[in-house]
Amino acid sequence: MTQHRYLPHTDDDVARMLGVVGKPTVEALFSHIPERLRAKRPLEIEALDEGALLAHLGMLGARSQPAIGAVSRDGAALSFLGAGLVPHTIPTAVDMLLQRSEWYTSYTPYQPEVSQGTLQAIFEFQTMVSEILGLPVANASMYDGASATAEAVLMAERVTGRRRVVFAGAVHPQYVETMRTYLSAEAATAEQLADVERHVGIGADGRADAAALEKALASIDDVACVVVQQPNFFGVVEDVARLAKLAHDRGALLVTATAEPVAFGVIAPPGATGADVAVAEGIGLAIPPTCGGPGVGLFAARADLVRQLPGRLVGETVDKDGRRGYVLTLATREQHIRREKATSNICTNQGLIALAFTIHMSLLGKRGFTEMARLCLAKTEYLKGKLAALPGFALPFAGPTFNEFAVRVRGGDAVRVVEKLAEEGIFAGVPAAAPVLGNASSKNDRDLLLVAVTERHSRADLDRLAARLDEVAR
Amino acid sequence: MSDRTTKTGTPIETRHLLHSSRPIFEQGAPGRSGASLPPLDVPSVDPAALFGDGARATAAALPEVSEVEVTRHFTRLSRWNYAIDLGLYPLGSCTMKYNPKVNERAARLPGFAGLHPLQPPSTMQGALELMWRLEKCLCELGGFKRVTLQPAAGAHGELAGVMMIRAYHAHRGDGAKRTKILIPDSAHGTNPATCTANGFQVLTLKTGADGLLSPPAVKEAIAAHPGEIAGIMITNPSTLGVFEEHLGEIADLVHEAGGLVYMDGANFNALLGKVRPGEAGVDVMHINLHKTFTTPHGGGGPGSGAVGVGAALEPFLPTPTVERDDSGHYRLEFNRPTTIGRLRSFYGNFGMFVRAYAYIREMGGAGLTKVTEMAVLNANYIRARLVEHYPLAYDKPSMHEVVFTDKRLKKETGVQTLDVAKRLMDFGYHPPTIYFPLPAVTGGAGALMIEPTETEPPETLDAFCDAMIAIADEAHKDPDVAKNAPHQTALRRLDETRAARTPKLRWTRE
Repeated sequence: MTQHRYLPHTDDDVARMLGVVGKPTVEALFSHIPERLRAKRPLEIEALDEGALLAHLGMLGARSQPAIGAVSRDGAALSFLGAGLVPHTIPTAVDMLLQRSEWYTSYTPYQPEVSQGTLQAIFEFQTMVSEILGLPVANASMYDGASATAEAVLMAERVTGRRRVVFAGAVHPQYVETMRTYLSAEAATAEQLADVERHVGIGADGRADAAALEKALASIDDVACVVVQQPNFFGVVEDVARLAKLAHDRGALLVTATAEPVAFGVIAPPGATGADVAVAEGIGLAIPPTCGGPGVGLFAARADLVRQLPGRLVGETVDKDGRRGYVLTLATREQHIRREKATSNICTNQGLIALAFTIHMSLLGKRGFTEMARLCLAKTEYLKGKLAALPGFALPFAGPTFNEFAVRVRGGDAVRVVEKLAEEGIFAGVPAAAPVLGNASSKNDRDLLLVAVTERHSRADLDRLAARLDEVAR
Repeated sequence: MSDRTTKTGTPIETRHLLHSSRPIFEQGAPGRSGASLPPLDVPSVDPAALFGDGARATAAALPEVSEVEVTRHFTRLSRWNYAIDLGLYPLGSCTMKYNPKVNERAARLPGFAGLHPLQPPSTMQGALELMWRLEKCLCELGGFKRVTLQPAAGAHGELAGVMMIRAYHAHRGDGAKRTKILIPDSAHGTNPATCTANGFQVLTLKTGADGLLSPPAVKEAIAAHPGEIAGIMITNPSTLGVFEEHLGEIADLVHEAGGLVYMDGANFNALLGKVRPGEAGVDVMHINLHKTFTTPHGGGGPGSGAVGVGAALEPFLPTPTVERDDSGHYRLEFNRPTTIGRLRSFYGNFGMFVRAYAYIREMGGAGLTKVTEMAVLNANYIRARLVEHYPLAYDKPSMHEVVFTDKRLKKETGVQTLDVAKRLMDFGYHPPTIYFPLPAVTGGAGALMIEPTETEPPETLDAFCDAMIAIADEAHKDPDVAKNAPHQTALRRLDETRAARTPKLRWTRE
């Protein structure tokens, strides 16, 4: 075949190299593979040149309607989707900087002398995560918020030597499902799972029912941690301090999981309200939503738990000449050193997405982060007021929310309303009973719609959603 | 290095400027920001009034810098990184091949990047179709019945694969007894860590003197634990860069004993078009899209760890799967009664799916076969050129990577693997993987594991081999040069002991 653009070898190159290697043909390099293991037929995948490839991918891309436009809203829907991924405006500079080859075509910084860029950036990332979540140590990132939550539960089990986990209040169904998968080694059957995993529901205000939690903790022992989502799945801001005290009184850790870390621009960070471990999903502040991945899991904890952390850590040190530099450190927790005794099997982190998060947080900065949160809050309160005033609509929970909230829609069928509005280019929100939320989602609350509002929405956008919901829901 | 031997009349060439950049927290000024936010167009809300004690008391101490400063900072930092786009990155087992530019463009198309995972499936048909098509391609390449794209990285794929093995045995009522998994000592550290995370006990198999796993060793381990073997995790080609020639017999033994075969597909780049593991006795394998299929490593992620399975494990795949109806409509299937569940939120690292699919479609079947051929040719070329200077850890035929030892060099000069690695930086290369795999580093020997990949032209390989030879020669004349290397990097050797002894894991004001 002709030489391909990614394969530099000409026929002459191959002939010369085979001479050096001492083989008559390329095929002879594979002659030691036994016949029974050989592929039975050639691969059947058609090749495309760049023009044909982009035409093909462009056609696939055109078969979807984006929720977020590339530059302006150009063709994208008016989207109020959140439920685990709340997209924010990502400044152009973030992606421009990410596209520097030195960032995206480098490997894990195992050789610090030629990886100081990545190492210093991760060190800055760890500092920002520590600041946002209000806990002193943070790792170099996890896969996403859901798997970070599962790793936090496993960590709590290691720290306490206990094995039960209590979910307090409304936690994202995909986080719960992920944790079940991770716990399946110790709780394989439904009965075992029911023993290991307990749930405490929400009160009338939409917050975790603290009295029920207290009762539950008094009646079961061996609880490693209480997991609470902050703000919770319905957007309601939890009283983490109160829940933390209840957990600590029984010797359990308090783990917070956050799908929207912008909340900590206006609400108290988990570390300030007694959380021992806090995790969050950062994708909405790092890159476009990209159908949900790659995301970036933020993971922070109390300083004394550092040796039980999963994942990579970057630490500051000096070089031979005493100059400040950075290295991967405390690797004796990790799989490539500890093998079967590692704190986690995790190897790859989400380096580039963590970098995007770091660049965006640098741009937003101390003032911008708070300002973004205040914009989200004010616009959300505005829309809540508009929807609450619509006949047949109601806000089911009295507890305060940040930038996402649940609303009961007139007519009782949120899924239908969402589909109807999608036809006119409005993604009105995520129905709590939406099949796409997966197998742990609530199938009962058919009338509940989760609506997410950010700085991206203008007052006119909010008015339009309210008007269209009023028209379509019946 | 500076070139001061230029012709008369031309300016002296210099190294260009390499700026350092202090931590971003030490730059800027109070009150400064690089944010561009819209004005408030609705009534303002006071957080304290709404949240009371639950309001944030002090703002997160994020940087206070303008966009110009941010841009300079991250541009300057980037230049302190080595990268594939700068040169050869011969990390064994990491498959640092060229990351095509067109893939980056494709992944940024609004119809991919702009999708929210929870928008109605009817509005994201193109994305579902891409996932469905990528799955079909990976099934074709690996000889598998189905592939899940959900795992976020290789180790995450391992977790999924081993969970499916456990679910398989549990489903057959055999779960309580089958508690052990066989793993050769040459395996990546993630393999044993994955098994422990799944509640399995690891039985380590010693590789033979030839670097291969032998059927008698497997037979013996099975006989010693009758009825207790859940399966085997085997990397092929192994981390020693050699093809596990007895995979067929070993798979037969494990299957006869009621176990399943997990193949670590980290080294799949050596097998495209040559071996389809699903047809060769492998029940489950993860495929690192960020190795074989060119999605960028990004300084340590995101990866993407698709997992292929045969008929035995198909019922246990994570949910959701992507299905195509007869009408050509794509949907997400959540109803799989024996699923292991989900491993993360949403559907996986979708942005990586787009890149991997673009690469697979650009190369095509014949192109991918040539990828493997050139990868193996390149590794064998390096082997042939260096074998006189660095003894091989194992003498078996090499596949896509080759493992050398420092035995001779260390004995003759005192220069060891770490020194060679650091000295390579002065010649403009990222070092190979060092002190791995474990069987190659017994008895105090160091190992250099070199994987050039297929995207390197022979001139680059020659220059690299010349550097390796020059380092060995230099070690005999003046070993201190290597021992004190690197000399040309922005920072010299870093004190890793100090970093671990008194960990400083975040910036603080001095």
